[in-house]
Amino acid sequence: MKAFTQLSGIVAPMDRANVDTDMIIPKNFLKSIKRSGFGKNLFDELRYLDEGQPDQDCSGRPINPEFPLNFPRYQNAQILLARENFGCGSSREHAPWALDDYGFRCVIAPSFADIFYNNCFKNGLLPIELPSSALDSLFQALYDNEGFTLNIDLAAQTVTTPAGQVYTFEVDEFRKHCLLNGLDDIGLTLQEADAIREYEERVKAQRPWLFGATASK
Amino acid sequence: MASKDGISKTLYDKLWEAHLVKAREDGSALIYIDRHIVHEVTSPQAFEGLRLAGRTPWRVDSIVATPDHNVPTSVTERASGVAGIEDPVSRIQVQTLDDNCDEFGILEFKINDQRQGIVHVIGPESGACLPGMTIVCGDSHTATNGALGALAHGIGTSEVEHVLATQCLVAKKMKNMLVRVDGKLGVGVTPKDVVLAIIAKIGTAGGTGYAIEFGGQVFRDMSMEGRMTVCNMAIEAGARAGMVAVDDITIDYVKGRTFAPNEAQWDEAVAYWKTLVTDEGAEFDQVVTLSGDEIEPQVSWGTSPEMVVPVGDTVPNPEGEADTTKRSGMARALAYMGLSAGQKITDIHLDRVFIGSCTNSRIEDIRAAAEVARGRKVADSIKEAMVVPGSGIVKAQAEAEGLDKVLVEAGFEWREPGCSMCLAMNADKLGNGEHCASTSNRNFEGRQGYGGRTHLVSPAMAAAAAIAGHFVDVRQWLK
Repeated sequence: MKAFTQLSGIVAPMDRANVDTDMIIPKNFLKSIKRSGFGKNLFDELRYLDEGQPDQDCSGRPINPEFPLNFPRYQNAQILLARENFGCGSSREHAPWALDDYGFRCVIAPSFADIFYNNCFKNGLLPIELPSSALDSLFQALYDNEGFTLNIDLAAQTVTTPAGQVYTFEVDEFRKHCLLNGLDDIGLTLQEADAIREYEERVKAQRPWLFGATASK
Repeated sequence: MASKDGISKTLYDKLWEAHLVKAREDGSALIYIDRHIVHEVTSPQAFEGLRLAGRTPWRVDSIVATPDHNVPTSVTERASGVAGIEDPVSRIQVQTLDDNCDEFGILEFKINDQRQGIVHVIGPESGACLPGMTIVCGDSHTATNGALGALAHGIGTSEVEHVLATQCLVAKKMKNMLVRVDGKLGVGVTPKDVVLAIIAKIGTAGGTGYAIEFGGQVFRDMSMEGRMTVCNMAIEAGARAGMVAVDDITIDYVKGRTFAPNEAQWDEAVAYWKTLVTDEGAEFDQVVTLSGDEIEPQVSWGTSPEMVVPVGDTVPNPEGEADTTKRSGMARALAYMGLSAGQKITDIHLDRVFIGSCTNSRIEDIRAAAEVARGRKVADSIKEAMVVPGSGIVKAQAEAEGLDKVLVEAGFEWREPGCSMCLAMNADKLGNGEHCASTSNRNFEGRQGYGGRTHLVSPAMAAAAAIAGHFVDVRQWLK
């Protein structure tokens, strides 16, 4: 996994609550057996005026001129500002894959759905929770200033505006550690293999029906 | 949260502690996973990751797989198995699951195996999912299995790979929420209406960060399949996991299932399962109560599962909402749905009806639909009304009871098992602008097809809507 330490980048708006993972990456693109290539279909049904197909070249498709990600001022954005309950719905990791593949490294919202939030950390994407009032100010600053950027510092847990306003955010210690160092958490868990085996031996004695039932059928 | 007396625990506390491999200093924990259910959409990248790292599954006998999201449900397309799947991209995905399971020796109910079906239907049905287990699957509706008195939740593909490789998840304990529904449900009011009423009350983010236990008389009286419908939609209230305490209904349900404990282990298992209840005096971080007697048949009008009203109501007016973000969300939903504020729910014209999905495709759901359909006819204005059983075993059971004939005579299509139009990854989908009465779980924009308009309802309400061509209060038909 790629590490996330500091980021200074262009910000784009997704100014609505309850953005669900179907909206982030519609189901017809989930048929891929790969992890990459979802960026061109990020927010597909909002971004384009026609219905998208998997493996389609999107360069000739009619784009929705009213969708902010299509505005010239938000091109090459790396930070997405969003509203409450971002990423609700399905557990599809294709949602953070699509955001990442498009070029986003960070989403800032007042709240996230649990599974999406968790999936982001597995892909070097940083979800930041800030209070609604902070988001209101950031959205306003974004709309008022073309080329608006933010500076994110994960180690310091800060979001800083060009005007020097600093917002601090909370992040789980373990997730922060993994993200800062780009660590593969499977490798970390396997360092605990002995503890896992001990657990299994103990439970096998207590609840033997949990083991082997499906192996014999 | 610690209980007042320091001893009493919630059901979730007990399930968590029983699976704790290691508590780490940073507050995270390693949690052991007993059962891993795998399907074709969220697993290929996980298996690929495993191979690239030179790893193999930690415990193959913990895994059960089946293809469900992509599989066709038409009898003809299904006839020649994987090779017959017309969409080449879907075919590759289903074939990839078969190949991965074959390579690693994983038990898979393949496409035309009678045991194949929707992951959250086949788990409990086969006894692969049991009380007291931790159960994960790369699908958010895994919460369904919590009905067994288990800790079950959806995970992303990276975590699918993590569980394959280590049998564990790195997790943080969630908070405890009790949703208590007291009283008794009226005739024609179903578990689906209960869970929709709960989501309408607490909102789609109301359960974020919580494991929800559903308690109270309504759930004690509810069948296992009804409890599954309710737990299934815990995620629509924002909670990764929903659960119901073990009682005799749970144990009777599990008994005799293929992968249930054998006779020698049965009594010991039952004794353990009976401890899987919240102790008297245990404290919840949050308690929400509803009165079962007051719940009416529900219909969703918008594009979020919290946008729900009783069938006798009208489409709400965004102007009445004080919160600006909510108000603009409501206005956008009305525009997408092609509805206007104040319109009666029973006046909404319908184009299609879908009875199926991991929420409502079990035998009791098919029976409820058939009961309403018996001796009646689907309205001419309905383009298609399909019933998609949740598994091959549900299908066979329904056919043994003659329910398929009742439904077909009434004008419904009787399909092969799969996720079907719940998420429209296969050929079953809504056309642009079409309204659908659907027993599924999500009414998001485009969920059931590009531009499609979903109204979430119970199976009985969906069947009645198919016959009337618009929503009706099914209670009037069941008197």
